[in-house]
Amino acid sequence: MIGKCSSCFMKVNGIPNVRTCIEPVRDGIRVERQRGLPEIPPIANETNEAFEETFETDLLVIGGGPAGLTAALTAAEYGLNVTIVNEHFKLGGQLVKQTHKFFGSKELFGGLRGFQIAEHLSNKIVEKSNIKVLLQTVAYGIFRDNWIGLASMNKLYRVKARNVIISTGAAEQYLAFPGNDLPGVMGAGGAQTIMNEYGILPGKEVLVVGSGNVGLIVSYQLLQAGAKVKAILEIMPEIGGWFVHAAKVRRYGVPILTRHTIKDVWGDERVEGATIVRVNEEFQPIPGSERKVSCDLVLLAIGLTPDTRLFAQAGAIMTWIPELGGLVPLRTPYLETSIENVFVAGDSSGIEEATTAMIEGEIAALTAVLKTEGSIRDALERREKLLKFLWDEYRQSPLLARARAGKLKATVSEDEMRKLRTKFSR
Amino acid sequence: MSIQSFRSTGMISIEELRKLKLIPPEERLKKGPVVIVECPEKIPCNICVDACPQNAITIKNINELPEIDWNKCTGCGTCVAYCPGLAIFVVDISKPNKAYVTVPHEFLPVPKLGDEVTVLSRDGTKLGKGKVVKIFERNRTWVITVEVPREFAMEVRAIWVEK
Ligand code: SF4
Ligand code: SF4
Repeated sequence: MIGKCSSCFMKVNGIPNVRTCIEPVRDGIRVERQRGLPEIPPIANETNEAFEETFETDLLVIGGGPAGLTAALTAAEYGLNVTIVNEHFKLGGQLVKQTHKFFGSKELFGGLRGFQIAEHLSNKIVEKSNIKVLLQTVAYGIFRDNWIGLASMNKLYRVKARNVIISTGAAEQYLAFPGNDLPGVMGAGGAQTIMNEYGILPGKEVLVVGSGNVGLIVSYQLLQAGAKVKAILEIMPEIGGWFVHAAKVRRYGVPILTRHTIKDVWGDERVEGATIVRVNEEFQPIPGSERKVSCDLVLLAIGLTPDTRLFAQAGAIMTWIPELGGLVPLRTPYLETSIENVFVAGDSSGIEEATTAMIEGEIAALTAVLKTEGSIRDALERREKLLKFLWDEYRQSPLLARARAGKLKATVSEDEMRKLRTKFSR
Repeated sequence: MSIQSFRSTGMISIEELRKLKLIPPEERLKKGPVVIVECPEKIPCNICVDACPQNAITIKNINELPEIDWNKCTGCGTCVAYCPGLAIFVVDISKPNKAYVTVPHEFLPVPKLGDEVTVLSRDGTKLGKGKVVKIFERNRTWVITVEVPREFAMEVRAIWVEK
């Protein structure tokens, strides 16, 4: 329920397969339950006629999260005409549901709460006359010569973009166990949407699976919202996330059970409880160590997968990097992919975090600026400084070592990329 | 058996903090309120450095551990409010019998001056009651000082308002 999966598909005003978690309520809206595959809807249900528009833009940013917003602002500063496409009705990506304060330094918005960073960036976007924002719009395909197809609720767009930055973020991973389809089992991000964006408590007694930062942070937010967190399960012998996030929930008595996993979930119509089990060195359940925990919400916070479908569709050279959460596009240090003038930034370049996403957005945008406007000294210097800070300072944290290693593996020199382009050109 | 440490328990011990030079010397503790920064990992953050009006905290590039100049710290608690990790506390054992512990608080309801609140240890154990003697707020983080029995000075790390 972060606008990426199909868990919340319902029929809205007769249109099936609508992600209700990101669908705004409006007067006269009709929401119906959907079971199995729906019938194909009749044409022009919501509006009279879908109509098309064609336009050109210097930079099309797909995905308005921390990476995309920073990219758009940076490119706009240098006079590029920018368009942002955002699936959600609100800009900010996952930032809008983050109520905790961010780390980093003052310059990198550290100390502000996530949603405050989103507000800050969105306000700046609105002020820029050379940034056009298309909300509730998706990019459905990339075509030859950087033509992009966009679809909004009632309009189709054909966009000719000189540069494209794909900052589509990530989707949550799920876990297979009996009962995982019961209402009350959801991704941690889904719970954050319901709780922090829409102000609804998703459950009273919660079991959280996964002790990475997402699991730890959502647990803290649940406590703040008045829920009881029964336990956080972690299959590894150590807590996954940062100590400071763990200490925050431990102080309020939340147990973090390392070497534990979930076995099943039961309930009549919705979650009523779960069985947890200890695991051995090989991560196999230890028979006899099962325990029953009563709960009405089970949150999965076991990791994210980069949303790279557009790159794959466009035929970019992809590479499988476990440290980054799966398949990601190969890129140069300046974040250009094997498709010229198509860039990657943020979690879609490999799972990391919001601060590095913003830095990547800025680097990608500067590259787009340099490719469009020729070599501007200020942009070149700014990019060099950012790259140095990102790789030689910020990512030197031992807690980012895994992501850093992954990003290094996904990066090839510009020369290498040129060779690969020739080799794979069609 | 694996070694129990803060990475597997989510709790840090005084010994671990002392090794990281995050516990002030005894003489300094006796002089008055002083900061205890429970931030043992090299995370990319230096918010506390900018927050401190006395420049008592330094972090050598963004990832190193905080270093505290105990003599500069006045125990004002400003950094407690700004630390995104909610990892900073102020402890005062300069008065006889009582200790004063300053903790961050982000839960409703917010207690009022003079209220008796439950005080919690690093693992959420209810240690008893403490009286609220000082409160201020920055960006929805409340900084609350409670008066507690002296032996709890290094134990109390959160408060809870019973509803
Ligand atoms: S308590 Fe005050 S003086 Fe001491 S380190 Fe924190 S901000 Fe600085
Ligand atoms: S502000 Fe808090 S989390 Fe950040 S470095 Fe300082 S003590 Fe650590």
